[in-house]
Amino acid sequence: MKWGVVTFPGSNDDADVLYALSEVLGDEACRLWHKDRNLRGVECVVLPGGFSYGDYLRCGAMAKFSPVMDSVRDHARAGGLVLGICNGFQILCESGLLPGALVRNRSLLFVCEAVRVRVETTATPFTSSCSPGEILTIPIKHGEGCYVADAATLRRLEDEQRIVLRYVDAQGRASGEANPNGSLSNIAGIVNAERNVFGLMPHPEHAVEKLLGGDDGFRLFSAVSSDRARQQAPLSVAPGP
Amino acid sequence: MPGQGPVAGRRRQGGRAVVIARIFVTPKREVLDPQGTAIRHSLHALGYAEVDEVRLGKYLEVRLASGDPGKARDRVDEMCRRLLANQVIEEYRFELEVVAPAARLQPSR
Repeated sequence: MKWGVVTFPGSNDDADVLYALSEVLGDEACRLWHKDRNLRGVECVVLPGGFSYGDYLRCGAMAKFSPVMDSVRDHARAGGLVLGICNGFQILCESGLLPGALVRNRSLLFVCEAVRVRVETTATPFTSSCSPGEILTIPIKHGEGCYVADAATLRRLEDEQRIVLRYVDAQGRASGEANPNGSLSNIAGIVNAERNVFGLMPHPEHAVEKLLGGDDGFRLFSAVSSDRARQQAPLSVAPGP
Repeated sequence: MPGQGPVAGRRRQGGRAVVIARIFVTPKREVLDPQGTAIRHSLHALGYAEVDEVRLGKYLEVRLASGDPGKARDRVDEMCRRLLANQVIEEYRFELEVVAPAARLQPSR
């Protein structure tokens, strides 16, 4: 499995993603510069966390115009995998590759903590090795992570089981207290209709080694590798969980 | 060469019209605006009890120094849709003003 991790000016979690993929997972992972149009045959493109373009104007607003994003769009349209983490999720929404938007946290505070997220669907390449309803503990660190979308979009996400992760409390309930940023329906991560583009606010790359606090994030990367090995073909929509 | 009289000279120095677009980008009504809420609370704390709502947006001044002034409205609208406003969460409106070429937005460098 070959991964490509994009660096935009201001990206800061690209190195940790590369470490997780190449050192912990043991896959082939290369760096992609935001001006590269050539994705070098990678199967999954990762848009990492950070403050691309200093969050100028809006988070991810400028990054969507980087040359690499034209190739990422083509890659996604052809069924290739795309994973957007935090700022990467913001870039995917700004690019129109995912619906909705990420706005300022409801509390107006920058939140940096480990949160619990519940796996709402295993019918994605990223959650295929999880059990439905499984709870993962993964760190978040963001000031603009509140997911919003209009009522029709939210309904569609629910109906099509495209909400992948939801913030939950210790009892597994998607309560208000469990919601760190005000996201509608406690949404922490979603996929597109074709289920090959996944955006999430939590940082799985910061939870890949037990020694450093937990390895629940590793599951989201390893699932892709084994899923791809099983499929050996461009992705089709898997049956529901 | 046209005549060297004062009128011809003024025409050569006048140059084409410059348009300044004043653009307002605001959160859509349906979008919660916690910054606006926080500001409202602060205004109340300062004694302005009559304020019942605050919404925080952005104001941009964009100076169009070239191009067809007749197309400015369409061009600015396109800029708003493509970059300046995220229409999922924001709405925009703008005013255009035709100014003399010497008018700048900021002090000269």
